[in-house]
Amino acid sequence: MSVPPALVYGLTGLFLFVAGLAGLISCAQLLRKILAANIMASGVFLFLVTIGHGRGGVIDPVPHAMVLTGIVVSVSSTAVVLALACRVQETANIHDLLKRRAGGDRE
Amino acid sequence: MMGLQLQSDCWLIWPVILPLSAALVAFLAKGQPRLSGLTGALLTALASGTLFLKVVNHGGGSYDLGGWQPPLGISLRGDGPAVLMVLMTAVTGLAISVYAGGYFQSRIAMGGKGRRHIVQERFFWPLWLLLWGALNGLFLSADIFNMYVTLELVALSSVGLTALSGKPASQVAAMRYLLASLLGSLSFLLGVAFLYKTHGSLDLATIQAALALSPPVALAMALISVGLMLKCALFPFHFWLAPAHANALAPVSAILSGLVIKGGWYLFFRFWQGFLPLVGDGVVVVLAGLGGAAIIWGAFQAFCQQRLKMLVAYSTVAQIGYLFIIFPLLAIGAGQGAAAVFYFAISHSCAKAALFLAAGSIFLQMGHDRINNLDGVRQILPITTFAFALAGLSLMGLPPTGGFIAKYMYLSLAVSQDSWWLVLVMVVGSCLTAIYICRAVSHVLSPRMVAGRSQVVVGASMEWSALALALVAILLGFIAPLPLGLFEVVG
Repeated sequence: MSVPPALVYGLTGLFLFVAGLAGLISCAQLLRKILAANIMASGVFLFLVTIGHGRGGVIDPVPHAMVLTGIVVSVSSTAVVLALACRVQETANIHDLLKRRAGGDRE
Repeated sequence: MMGLQLQSDCWLIWPVILPLSAALVAFLAKGQPRLSGLTGALLTALASGTLFLKVVNHGGGSYDLGGWQPPLGISLRGDGPAVLMVLMTAVTGLAISVYAGGYFQSRIAMGGKGRRHIVQERFFWPLWLLLWGALNGLFLSADIFNMYVTLELVALSSVGLTALSGKPASQVAAMRYLLASLLGSLSFLLGVAFLYKTHGSLDLATIQAALALSPPVALAMALISVGLMLKCALFPFHFWLAPAHANALAPVSAILSGLVIKGGWYLFFRFWQGFLPLVGDGVVVVLAGLGGAAIIWGAFQAFCQQRLKMLVAYSTVAQIGYLFIIFPLLAIGAGQGAAAVFYFAISHSCAKAALFLAAGSIFLQMGHDRINNLDGVRQILPITTFAFALAGLSLMGLPPTGGFIAKYMYLSLAVSQDSWWLVLVMVVGSCLTAIYICRAVSHVLSPRMVAGRSQVVVGASMEWSALALALVAILLGFIAPLPLGLFEVVG
């Protein structure tokens, strides 16, 4: 008995989506959250590629085009989220520094 | 369908292409971001107005991009609800643009820390025009994958705008907004994948014509609904909204609360229009229950706030609820229900943007927005205070405002269907709205005088643009039959 590969890929995609979702909600660190969102995106893309395979062995190009567009969107949003994370970290550091300096002056 | 399929139908793409090109020009024109930004805003508003007039006079139409027809190609569809949303964005967006011009002029003239405000303005115009183009694309889109792309464009540009103020609080809020939004988009995309798998098409109309309830379709609708609820911050998912909206720059708060929220809701409504006949009453009541919870909880939170902008932001959480309690009422009077909820969305957009613009002017003038210390603002900023009070009237739903017409239609539908709990929620919600708006208005209108900045720093364009939006919200109460007739126009 053989398992159809499309089913394996599809279920793996869904598993990655759910695993990423769990990580996004449960991880406290920002970088882990960003990675989790990326894993979710990969899960969706894997699922989309699998859809293109269905229908009697004929390859449907539309989901592939969707995955390509999705990857572009995902790369851009990852870039934005990383840039924003750096900025949040910088601001927090400056804030900490100012607070510590203000505290030091008082002592 | 009655759609005009001529090549001259390209008027549908102008409200999308113009702001996108203007965003590019505003980004490249380093010296004059305000001039290019305002020109772009004016042209976009003109294109949206032209589109609206075309649809009013000649009926809706659709346009296949590149001449490729669905199911393979991507098409834009201009029907009644879509062009109404485009027009709403144009009116609100134009007033916000005028306000933003005056806002940055005042901020830069005030000096302050380095070149911060100049940099903010340099990035504000491209991001705002990009957001405008993405929103118009979202409203006119007929293809569900294209909807995903425009949703992401809207989200990325709004996050950029949220973080623009540079305060630590706004950056953290922007981060939370971005993560919530990413989660929403991915959930939406997985739903789109399931819909494509079952229907083999990405055209929303084609899918809805063949929709039948099956486990994959139900899963797809659940994924899409949860994703869009996250985007428009319906009650359990409202955690990101208030800090993001309240800590942004004044024009940005108005854009986020007045327009961006409507994008997610509009898609939700479009999807559920086709899905409503398939689901049982239970699901619809859950949706309305979430809406009712949002109305009560948001209004209660708004009442508890100490800061004016936080109050207005929580008021948005509450008003989103009204956009969702309509779903049980759509079952019988479908046309009337849709008209009521769109009317509510449009009048809320004008009123809420006016409230945030006025609150931003008050913040700028006083240097803070603690409600209890805002006594006597009316003596310094009479027009702004008047605009705030007028917009508040529309939000409460007092006649003869646009908010009143919408709520009246809601109530008459609810009474005709014996949905007494909806009537109760709406009445209690309106009373709570009146209480928290009056709490703010009683301070700004009080005759006592408090110390603020000695000279007036708020420009005339800021005061009058807020008042213009508030007046539109009032005027909507008088011209109700005109937009309501448009709902019958198909694409």
